[in-house]
Amino acid sequence: MAKAKARIKVPKTASAGEIITIKSLVNHRMESGHRTDKDGRAIPRKIINKFTCEFNGKPVFSCDLGTGIAANPFFEFKARVMEAGTFHFTWIDDEGIKIEARKEIDIV
Amino acid sequence: MKLNRRQFNAILATSVGTMAAPVPLLGQAKPKVVVIGGGAGGATAARYIARDGKGTIDVTLIENSKTYTSCFFSNLFLGGFRTFDSITHSYDRLESDFGVSVINGYATEIDRDQKAVKLRDGSSIAYDRVVVAPGIDFDYESIPGYSKEAADLAPHAWQAGPQTRKLHELMNALTDGQDIVMLAPPNPYRCPPGPYERASMMAHMIKTKGFKNSRVTILDVKPKFSKQALFSEGWQEHYPDIIEWLPPDIHGGVINVDAKAGVVETDLDTFEGAVLNIIPAMQAGAIAKTSGLTDESGYCPVDGASMRSRIDNDVFVIGDASIAGAMPKSGFSANSQAKIAAMNVRGDLSGSKVFAPKYGNTCWSLISAENSVKVGAQYSANEQGEIVADSTFISATGESTDLRSLAYRESVGWYSAIVADMFG
Repeated sequence: MAKAKARIKVPKTASAGEIITIKSLVNHRMESGHRTDKDGRAIPRKIINKFTCEFNGKPVFSCDLGTGIAANPFFEFKARVMEAGTFHFTWIDDEGIKIEARKEIDIV
Repeated sequence: MKLNRRQFNAILATSVGTMAAPVPLLGQAKPKVVVIGGGAGGATAARYIARDGKGTIDVTLIENSKTYTSCFFSNLFLGGFRTFDSITHSYDRLESDFGVSVINGYATEIDRDQKAVKLRDGSSIAYDRVVVAPGIDFDYESIPGYSKEAADLAPHAWQAGPQTRKLHELMNALTDGQDIVMLAPPNPYRCPPGPYERASMMAHMIKTKGFKNSRVTILDVKPKFSKQALFSEGWQEHYPDIIEWLPPDIHGGVINVDAKAGVVETDLDTFEGAVLNIIPAMQAGAIAKTSGLTDESGYCPVDGASMRSRIDNDVFVIGDASIAGAMPKSGFSANSQAKIAAMNVRGDLSGSKVFAPKYGNTCWSLISAENSVKVGAQYSANEQGEIVADSTFISATGESTDLRSLAYRESVGWYSAIVADMFG
């Protein structure tokens, strides 16, 4: 049921120079590697270790995630938009699986 | 004339009462009880007071619907396990067999000073004791964009009847690839496992029709829910790619419901459904509030020893409208509380013996064919008059199909029994 699905909130439009709020959440169990299963074997670590957000190819926000981050990591941050374009969000997990999402914004 | 123990006690109590202390109501021709609402609580209370009063108490039941369609088992109708007729019942026997006067009307307010119940048609009915069992009303404004009118397009179906039929109609018009979106209500609400049983029935319908691309998404305002482990296990087994439950930290909270467009917008996503099942927050039925029987919670405080209102000694509140401590809002609870209220009403009016209360409740939920899980408890009242659980039970995960089938058959037997207990 816990499919890797990204949910993003970016306004559809903004005025030039406006500071907007961006919210992002991705479904991921963020297995820390510290837990054991019912037979006592370690459950291998599988977390999202990197999150980035770019706008028209330029970095906006990025961070490295550790094992202390809870499941379904949520980020909220602000950005000033000067031009129309596309936000590109990327999450990368320990197995190298990349989850990507894009959101466009227009200047009015 | 042969007397049974109960009649003998009643006569004994009456004669002792008249000799010892003056009990004012005993002097009257016939004490009057008005019961407001003919659901699991009200119908049971009316029947028990009339039956055990043996003609000594005048019982009037006010109910706005001509027939009663039970909210319990209405999910089974949606899933195709019951017919609508099988969950719809008549008030006829309450009149013919028990002498209850059933008035088809809507009670708007209780004039507690005059001790009379006012009806929308302008009439009013005097009482010595009133049993208030109006069930729930909806707080439509709890959901942005939703309204009573929008409920025609995006039914809540949380009061059984036309709304149930509407949802059934919409579900049956679903085609493969179209989705169902349900908005589950905040606590406290009628039938805690109900939304999740309903999602199971919706998924069952999708699976039965052979649809491969339709989904049921539950947007919840709660981070966890009743019998969650049991439902999660059942969904994983029977509907792995059909049901998705999303707690508020995933969808971010509901921002708007557009019933016409079939869209629910949350802070982090947008959900489209050919069927929207929007279940708003609830409160006690309107008359409880207009009569000043509710507290700031929107429900009615009662003494758990008797179900007597803490606001007015001549008023009893039972079922979903009451604040019944550890008991959930369910048909079973209401039926159980009705018997305690009935006993106390008769104690007040005919001096019959009143015992310490014992309440019970079980909520069964059907996950798939012949696969029911249950949760329940026995209750009593503590010294503060709060209803507390004495013992509880819940189905376990990983149970055998035999045990689940047994639970299903038990629920079917219970349905017949409670309906007989309500209507005779």
